[in-house]
Amino acid sequence: MATGESEIAVRAEGLVKSFGSTKALDGVDLEIPRGQVLGLLGPNGAGKTTTVRILTTLLRPDAGRAYVAGHDVLGQPAEVRRSISLSGQYAAVDEHLTGAENLYMVGRLYGMSRADARARARELLARFRLTDDSDRPAKGYSGGMRRRLDLAGALVAKPAVVALDEPTTGLDPRSRMDMWEVIGELVEDGTTVLLTTQYLEEADQLADTIMVIDHGKVIARGTADQLKAQVGGERLELVLAEPTDLPLAQQVLADVGSGEPQIDTHTRRAEVLVDTGTKALIEALRRLDQHSVVVNDVALHRPTLDDVFLALTGRAAEEPAQESSKSKKKVKA
Amino acid sequence: MTTLATAPQGGFGGALARTLSDGGTITWRNLMNIRRNPELLLSATVQPIMFVLLFAYVFGGSIGDDPVAYRDFLMGGIFVQTVAFNSAFTVIGMANDLQKGIIDRFRSLPMSNSAVLLGRTLSDLAVTTLGLLVMSLCGLLIGWRIRGSVTDAVLAYLMLLLFAFAMAWVGSLIALISGSVEVAQSAGFIWIFPVTFISTVFVAADRLPGPLQVFAEWNPISALSDSVRSLFGNHQLLPPTDAWPQQNPTLYALISCVVLIAVFMPLAVSKYRKVAAK
Repeated sequence: MATGESEIAVRAEGLVKSFGSTKALDGVDLEIPRGQVLGLLGPNGAGKTTTVRILTTLLRPDAGRAYVAGHDVLGQPAEVRRSISLSGQYAAVDEHLTGAENLYMVGRLYGMSRADARARARELLARFRLTDDSDRPAKGYSGGMRRRLDLAGALVAKPAVVALDEPTTGLDPRSRMDMWEVIGELVEDGTTVLLTTQYLEEADQLADTIMVIDHGKVIARGTADQLKAQVGGERLELVLAEPTDLPLAQQVLADVGSGEPQIDTHTRRAEVLVDTGTKALIEALRRLDQHSVVVNDVALHRPTLDDVFLALTGRAAEEPAQESSKSKKKVKA
Repeated sequence: MTTLATAPQGGFGGALARTLSDGGTITWRNLMNIRRNPELLLSATVQPIMFVLLFAYVFGGSIGDDPVAYRDFLMGGIFVQTVAFNSAFTVIGMANDLQKGIIDRFRSLPMSNSAVLLGRTLSDLAVTTLGLLVMSLCGLLIGWRIRGSVTDAVLAYLMLLLFAFAMAWVGSLIALISGSVEVAQSAGFIWIFPVTFISTVFVAADRLPGPLQVFAEWNPISALSDSVRSLFGNHQLLPPTDAWPQQNPTLYALISCVVLIAVFMPLAVSKYRKVAAK
């Protein structure tokens, strides 16, 4: 283990990987401090899965180096496999085995005794709310349950680093919230997480640092706040009680804002871009209050990561339908 | 951060113990799969019965001079043919596994590299054992008998299982090379037809034309068939030819199995390491 590495759980330098003539990764660097969550954000085919597969020893890069918990991914694959585990978008569970049997099997393959493997399986099944279904073959599980079982499988040996490859792709909103909760608990326990996602909201919710990747290249990195600041500006939004007050609100917003206010009489909504954030908000409310205008709702929106992606790439981040992600199956880049 | 997994034991002994333990876990997993899908056993049990009955009653009358003696002769060959055909199940089972997400889980675990293959070949050996049992019963019904000593009979079954194990490794390599279940399905079967038919499974080597006779004489499947027949004390259609494998069928069959395992086991293991890292 090299000196100064102890606080860095995962480090990759200049990763390059081509599949035929397609360059899946074109010099990706990344670093995850211990206990933090790095969100790897990008559309389909950006190189997210390739990065994860290299870091989990499933794929050899054409060039570049990578270290997990100080172990060289190329030179010490066995040590790396003890330090990082993978939970992917294609749930790696045996569908003919029950939930309990799946986790028992993984425990045994980590070298645990039969009793330890069984005990750990029970513990994880309870933690992931699968106890009631633990003796049913995974074939009958819902998509969300399979994902939870798969994640439980990745946690059997309490790895220092967990790679989550699009953990919520294709899940319904309810299962997605469940999954976020589970990932949140994982982070609280001090696990270092590499999270790939094409959902901007997900990266915003879960990641300490976000890396935006597109066509195998890192096009931006920073905290969610820093990325949003790159787009600049906030949006001040008011909802009034009476539509007759809208012209006055328009006047006020034009004064405090940095752009042309937009009015929607139907929803009694008025909004404008502002540079001065809360200052503009307070000034607007003070002046409306002077004229006894009743404000039902007020909000100061920071730009979303959608806006960020649009600003960085000149196109919206695609959120593909479930159908297309299913039909991709094994063809991942 | 503490880890629950035990550190790997050093040395060759530790690695071997790890391989056997992991192989055992995968074997358990495969057998559980069969338990939940008993229909997987259909082809391993029904197909041999079909072959026994077809050859005993459709071709039996035409091939030998005496149909009863031919049925006694036939069983040794059919045992070997069934074992050879069973390698196709290894091909399909392995190819299926390779297409599933579970293989990523296995490959990302600090487990033995050869355990997935060892587990597959061992669980298929259990299936073959069942197939041999079913066929033996079927053989008894049509007049086949174990006429030699118990020791020889046990040796005959052990030879068949050793050959099954060797063929399972051949099947594993075919699955790893095939790249898809569809390709694996035909690749696993096609070559077994000529290899089992140009042999002494159904006929005596003497009756085959020139080059085919030489092939049959040196075909390990012939040697194993003849060896099993003599160990069971069964009828031989004609005396063996002068070729060395015909004169020493048991020794030649043993050597062949060992060579097959020594060649195909390491080939399959090294191919498995590479296959998902494409």
